Amino acid sequence: MDWSLLSWSDYTFRNVVLGTAWIGAVSGSLGCLALLRRQSLLGDVVSHATLPGVVLAFLIWNSREITVLMIGAAIAGMAATLFIFLLDSHTRIWRDGAMGTALALFFGVGVFLLSLTQNMPTAQKAGLSKFIFGQAAALVASDVLVLVWTGLPVLLVLAVFWKEFKSVTFDPGFAYNAGLPVRGLELLLTGLMVITIVMGLQAVGVILMSALLIAPAAAARQWTNRMGVMVPLAACLGALGSSVGAVVSTLGPNIPTGPVIVLCLSGVTVYSMLLGRQRGLVWRWFKSRQSHFLAQEEGVLDTMQSLWEQHGRTRHGHSLEVIQLARIGRGNARPALERLRAAGLVQEEGDGTWSLTQEGTATKTEESKAGQI
Amino acid sequence: MSPLEFEILLIALVVGAACALPGCFLVLRRMSMLTDAISHTVLLGIVLAFLVVSQYDHPLLVFGAAGVGILTVVLIELLSRTRLIKEDAAIGITFPALFSLGVLLISLLARDAHLDEHTVFQGDLVYAVFERFRIGGLSLGPLALWKLAAILALNATLIILFFKELKISTFDPDLAFALGFAPALMHYGLVAMTSVTAVGAFDAVGSILVIGFMIVPPVTASLLTDSLSRMLWLAIGIGILSASLGFWIATMVDASIGGAMTLAMAGIFGAALLAAPRKGLVAATLRRRRQRLSFAIRMLSIHLYQHLEAGPEGDENRVDHLQVHLAWPVPFANRILRMSQEQGLVKIEDETWMQLTEQGENLARSSLTA
Repeated sequence: MDWSLLSWSDYTFRNVVLGTAWIGAVSGSLGCLALLRRQSLLGDVVSHATLPGVVLAFLIWNSREITVLMIGAAIAGMAATLFIFLLDSHTRIWRDGAMGTALALFFGVGVFLLSLTQNMPTAQKAGLSKFIFGQAAALVASDVLVLVWTGLPVLLVLAVFWKEFKSVTFDPGFAYNAGLPVRGLELLLTGLMVITIVMGLQAVGVILMSALLIAPAAAARQWTNRMGVMVPLAACLGALGSSVGAVVSTLGPNIPTGPVIVLCLSGVTVYSMLLGRQRGLVWRWFKSRQSHFLAQEEGVLDTMQSLWEQHGRTRHGHSLEVIQLARIGRGNARPALERLRAAGLVQEEGDGTWSLTQEGTATKTEESKAGQI
Repeated sequence: MSPLEFEILLIALVVGAACALPGCFLVLRRMSMLTDAISHTVLLGIVLAFLVVSQYDHPLLVFGAAGVGILTVVLIELLSRTRLIKEDAAIGITFPALFSLGVLLISLLARDAHLDEHTVFQGDLVYAVFERFRIGGLSLGPLALWKLAAILALNATLIILFFKELKISTFDPDLAFALGFAPALMHYGLVAMTSVTAVGAFDAVGSILVIGFMIVPPVTASLLTDSLSRMLWLAIGIGILSASLGFWIATMVDASIGGAMTLAMAGIFGAALLAAPRKGLVAATLRRRRQRLSFAIRMLSIHLYQHLEAGPEGDENRVDHLQVHLAWPVPFANRILRMSQEQGLVKIEDETWMQLTEQGENLARSSLTA
């Protein structure tokens, strides 16, 4: 491994880290809206759909400038989105069928156009496929500058129309009744998303774009119920995951940047789903285990109290088998007995049988409480 | 057409038919984007199997691909079942992660192997014919053709055998479950079929064209018919037609064969979208217009019927009152009036007063009681 590359003074390294972090931040922010609006797969479709736009832009202006290619990409991406909306609202094709159709058709036509440029004598088409397959490791300062100047207006518009976007996202009916131009806002939001996706292509490429858009948002969603917290958090997670991925990929000669970024972001998402506040799977598992334990203990204690009643309320040891037969629940009763002993409610007699302690006879279970009522 | 070109075309035709079969069910079960995910993650299965057997053409690769295809769907379902993220987000996170893992494994462990995500992703029909199927010293045509023909036969057999089960579990999974048809088994069987088809097809035509062949012909067919068996036949036909048309375009302009096939597919889809008999955009627009006119004619009779008591020369019966009362613009009102006259529902006296005929009264009454 070549650690010397990891130097902040290294020009390439700095551009790559800054560029990917910025892309991650913008994608993370807009990804929240995609996630909340259930347009998670838009990233996948739009990123594939940019190919014909990239090639046409190249053919028309005969330039491989990142700005030119991005404009072409954005136009094609927007066209694909509108195509999906048309199919969704004016035909009986399901939305996901419309998305798959748009993805395949736009990309395939792009491949067709790209192959035409290969036959051109002066074609410098080398940069074209690189553009859509990600080129994070090749980002230069001028690219980063273009990305910053593209992303800033996107974030600015998001901030200016924050309230409107929020109400269109969560309650379009309310937004309409409040007199907001719902269609226009949705179109604007879609436009922002398309621009973001076109930027994201630079970092991870077509195939992995949906993860760059959605993973930070899905991670942030696990920690908060407020959009005002979720968006900045997703931006930070996106920036962090992307730059860490970019750094890791510079450690070895053959580590591809995009996939490492995506794996970092997916790791953050899985971590958040497991440990996220309140909703985390680990906490959920703990809670369900606890209530399971509680139910078992209740069942065993209740059984032993009935046995105690039947034996004239005297201290009388019962074997594990008897307790297990008498109780309603299934499985081994021993762990529950051990826990009850730890709580001082039962005791083990010398001959291996179990009996209630004084405290155990006095403790009311849910069952006996219900009986009293 | 040279023999080699003929073989290329033949491979494309088989891909078109083999993909359309599971594709119809995938589209109807709203699994189109899941197909996109599966066709990408099979790469991981291929890589894993390759790392075990170190051989590019080994049956284990197909099993690896099918296994990871199923794993993809299981993971997506597990993730969305936690209710922490929605299904589309689960798809959007799972498949890039698995695909990334595959790419990373290739670049770290199988660098010099005949595996490369760009080839897998884009594929090339031209290279597909170079690998020949040999028994002894005898060359029996391209290996890809044999592989894909086997997959087509497998898909066709399975769909014929389980047609009823697939059909019921697609349109009414609850009924299928109640009848004991194991909809879950059908679901995962379909996923396995899709993965095997994808892996068989994508080194010939690339994964995006696989998605194209699986989704676009069935979606196009669904615009043309409501019957499942007719949809299957139509989708196969459209797949084959776009393969042949695309091949012809590609040889004419010397372009990527796969790209040209998608272009042909786009053309056929566009034509169906516009001109499909009942569900096409033109038919739908015409139907809406017809409904608007017939509704307006009915509306006019009801309006006049309600104001019969105003007498033949009541204000409500003046022609220019339609702009006030029904808010109809003048040209529209005139048009409806003319059509109503032609249908013998309304008579006009002195070019000013509208009078309902007996036929018009009947129409209004039946509209009101209906």
